[in-house]
Amino acid sequence: MSGLGATLLSSALSIVMATVLGVLLGVALTYGWIGLRLAARLYVDVLRGIPLLVLILFTYYGLALFGVNVSAFWAGVIALGGFATAHVAENFRGAVSSIPSGQMEAAKSIGLPFVNRLRYVVLPQAFRRMLPPWVNTALEIVKGTTLLSIIGVVELLLASQQAMARNYMIIDFYLFTGLVYVAINFTLSRIGARLERRFTFARS
Amino acid sequence: MIDYHFDWTVITRNAGFLADALLLGLGLAVASLAIGCLIGLLAAYARLSRWRLLSGAVWIYVELIRCIPLLLLIFFLYFGLPELGVRFLDKFETFVAALSIYAGAYMCEVFRAGLESIPRQYVEASKAIGLRPWQRQRYVVLPVMFRITLPSISNNLISLFKDTSLAAAIAVPELTFAARQINANTFRVMEAWLTASALYLLTAYAIAIALRQVERRYAAIR
Repeated sequence: MSGLGATLLSSALSIVMATVLGVLLGVALTYGWIGLRLAARLYVDVLRGIPLLVLILFTYYGLALFGVNVSAFWAGVIALGGFATAHVAENFRGAVSSIPSGQMEAAKSIGLPFVNRLRYVVLPQAFRRMLPPWVNTALEIVKGTTLLSIIGVVELLLASQQAMARNYMIIDFYLFTGLVYVAINFTLSRIGARLERRFTFARS
Repeated sequence: MIDYHFDWTVITRNAGFLADALLLGLGLAVASLAIGCLIGLLAAYARLSRWRLLSGAVWIYVELIRCIPLLLLIFFLYFGLPELGVRFLDKFETFVAALSIYAGAYMCEVFRAGLESIPRQYVEASKAIGLRPWQRQRYVVLPVMFRITLPSISNNLISLFKDTSLAAAIAVPELTFAARQINANTFRVMEAWLTASALYLLTAYAIAIALRQVERRYAAIR
């Protein structure tokens, strides 16, 4: 069951990458000057319009072509992370636009510079609001790691298929693998629900 | 930038192949959406039924499917079912079955929310004019519910269309499979994947625009 490690590691790396880059991209998408905003919008729309599997295969074959020799694992993480970045950016934009504009104006009027307005006023509220869609994106990522099996990363699905090839216990192994995914995702969504409950105190 | 010479003749030579693949993907998505809507509608009614056992069973179905990766479901139906003695499905039917089961869980949630959002007064009014229970559903509840849930249905169609790319994993010759084939046969990596990406993107946008028109025509009554 070394596959479970690969599944968890690739999910975690992609989620971290997507969260960091996604928030940055989300800021560009919301507050950037027009050129930056258009570029961010293009990135988000294009990546959300292409199936994840195509992105993974494209990254896997395409990166090698540009002389970047990465393993299948890293190609997959880059593709997954890039895909999720677009989703997180869109979640962030949605969260920010749901914050009353008076908040930003009030922060401006007390003379906070842009970075501080973001840091102390907008982001704390935005994070609270984007928590539910963020958990959904995380679940999508965990499920998306199964696609890495297609480019030969031995994650949970491929590991269990290899085990099946040895012992022919096909039904048992698929059911078991399914249960592991359900366990991971159910735990994640419970944690998400709990965090949500903890952070809703400030919603008026 | 490295030295890469684009050679788009690979694409023009395979245009027919790619077009067939794209249409197949669309067909798979539409078929799965239709079956998925049926499953979802039945499941939504079951979910809202007063019978605890039934609504509990549907809850488990929805939660399980939403936690299981689609690829696992496809492999389970494709490799697992024959073990259990179900051998009559070919790979297309298996894929549509998997995608429908998957879509059914999502549509169930959509329809449940839709059914719950219908004002009680509608049902009471239709009772008052003496409609039978099935007439109430047929002429009052369902039409309103479909209008309310139309945007979610079209979003689901788009994501199902993107999910048809997973059919490549069981060698259904749709767009991803076609691109992979071109990639493997000719080594024109960029051409193959750029074309596939562009086709997916354009089709998704075309569906979105077309359905936006439908939505405008049948917009929910506010």
